Amino acid sequence: MVARNNFSTTLDSRVDASFSQRRKWLQRLGFTVLALATLATVTPILLIVIHIFSNGLPGISWQFLVEFPRDGMRSGGILPAVVGTVGLTLGTAVFSVPLGIGAAIYLSEYAVENRWTRAIRIAIINLAGIPSIVYGLFGLGLFVIFLRLGTSIIAGSLTLAIMTLPIIISTTEEALRAVPNSFRVVSISLGGTRWQTIRRVVLPQALPGILTGVVLGLERAAGETAPILFTVAAFYLPRLPTSVFDATMALPYHLFVISTQVPGMPIRIQYGTAVVLLTFVLLMNITATVIRSWARARRQW
Amino acid sequence: MKAGEFKEILITSLIKVCGFSAIIFVGMVFVFLIKEGAPAIFRVPLENFLQLRWYPIEDRFGILPLIGGSLVVTVGAAIFSIPLGLASAIYIAEVTPRWAREILKPLVEVLGGLPSVMLGFIGILIITPFLRNALSLPTGLTAFAGSLILGGMAIPTIVSVAEDALDAVPKTYQEAALAMGATHWQTIWRVTLPAAKSGVLTAVMLGIGRAIGETMTVMMVTGNAAVFPTGLGALFKPVRTMTATIAAEMGEVASGSTHYHVLFFIGIVLFLISLTVNLIAASVVFRQRKRAERILS
Repeated sequence: MVARNNFSTTLDSRVDASFSQRRKWLQRLGFTVLALATLATVTPILLIVIHIFSNGLPGISWQFLVEFPRDGMRSGGILPAVVGTVGLTLGTAVFSVPLGIGAAIYLSEYAVENRWTRAIRIAIINLAGIPSIVYGLFGLGLFVIFLRLGTSIIAGSLTLAIMTLPIIISTTEEALRAVPNSFRVVSISLGGTRWQTIRRVVLPQALPGILTGVVLGLERAAGETAPILFTVAAFYLPRLPTSVFDATMALPYHLFVISTQVPGMPIRIQYGTAVVLLTFVLLMNITATVIRSWARARRQW
Repeated sequence: MKAGEFKEILITSLIKVCGFSAIIFVGMVFVFLIKEGAPAIFRVPLENFLQLRWYPIEDRFGILPLIGGSLVVTVGAAIFSIPLGLASAIYIAEVTPRWAREILKPLVEVLGGLPSVMLGFIGILIITPFLRNALSLPTGLTAFAGSLILGGMAIPTIVSVAEDALDAVPKTYQEAALAMGATHWQTIWRVTLPAAKSGVLTAVMLGIGRAIGETMTVMMVTGNAAVFPTGLGALFKPVRTMTATIAAEMGEVASGSTHYHVLFFIGIVLFLISLTVNLIAASVVFRQRKRAERILS
């Protein structure tokens, strides 16, 4: 009896040994495949960024940034497109930041979990998923035609603002919810009202998180083309906008135009425009990342 | 009433209005699409919509080739992006050390932030000429090129959402599996992934949703030929998607013409598709939350 037991144990452990050997190999193989897949997703990103910079930087000069396009955009600079994109981004911020933060405060600080709150959340998810070109159609239907704003910076900004809203709401809500409840309890127990608590305690604590979300939302707005196609973007308008009711050129649309619509476009200007757009977007991305890590390091809770 | 109280009430109601703005905007988007798109149904007979030719100059508004085009490009994108995206998410969430994760995830999210027009630009200059030579096609501007780039654009969404879902699986689950003698690999496949199933599913849905709705890149690299795709070979031919049709033609139509209303009608179709995809994704999320609450209570 004892002997048999011993025998079966050694057999078991031998089976175990080859089994665990196989499991180890399987695991190593699996991890290698996963690592290769990750490499396959990450490498193209780096290659694209490096490619654009290495081909575009030589074409960049101060003149390129501050001159008007000439000769049917085939020479000169891209000033109106740069100004247009900066203007549109700021315009988007004016509408979407207060609204988005307000909505996030409602969801995080006021709303109780009921059917309405759930409807709001579903609406936010849907807003985030609506194709950008559909926003373009909506902006055309509502702002350009119905409200008679025409193809103008204000129509484009409003369209982009609604598109950006879900990003700002969800990131801000996350930042607000991350503030520990004890902060609120202390403030309320000292006699602060709900709004005072939010204004003086919760918002300052959540500010870095909110800023990160706002910058990421605006980054998306700055790079979008489809929503501005029919609401603001001008094909070729070599002057600066004088009011918010003017149409304007914009960097993403300009890149689209010069890479598909204008024959005989010098490649130098195409890459140059791409570099400026990429720099604009990457700077916003880096800003968001820096704010986030700076806040994480500084946070005491 | 004291001034302070009045201010409090005013601010509370303002914030409430902001809170409900999302519902109002979704409603407004739908209303204005209907307002401009519904006339198409009355002006164009159904059999005109269901033909296989899109040729607006001759009043031929067959939207099937456009839906087919969107479908081919999206399926192609899904084939690339789902395995790559999920594999990357698993690798980043479960295998790499913390510091590598802090580098890899923001890097993938940079891809999500790259403007679509710039990826289209890269597509025109590099990817389509490469495909033409490598596969000896008459043109590189094909559904395949679109799928390739759209897949790339869906990946950040998939990685980001799926990684969050995997990361949210309680560590105790994995510790239990490891304590029972499972390898790290077995734990990932049999414990972590099944536990994060609904979040992973949401990631895939949102990624695909992004691919269906993408406009500029597909307009730039898919060749825009409105031909109804038949069979697998369609992947290597030019196609035209719903989104690209709207973007390319809306600038040139007269406001109020039949063509104009039909383009809005396509917008309604796109809106309904994204609504469906997102409602399914949302219901998965809500169901998961409910289950988690039940387990925890």
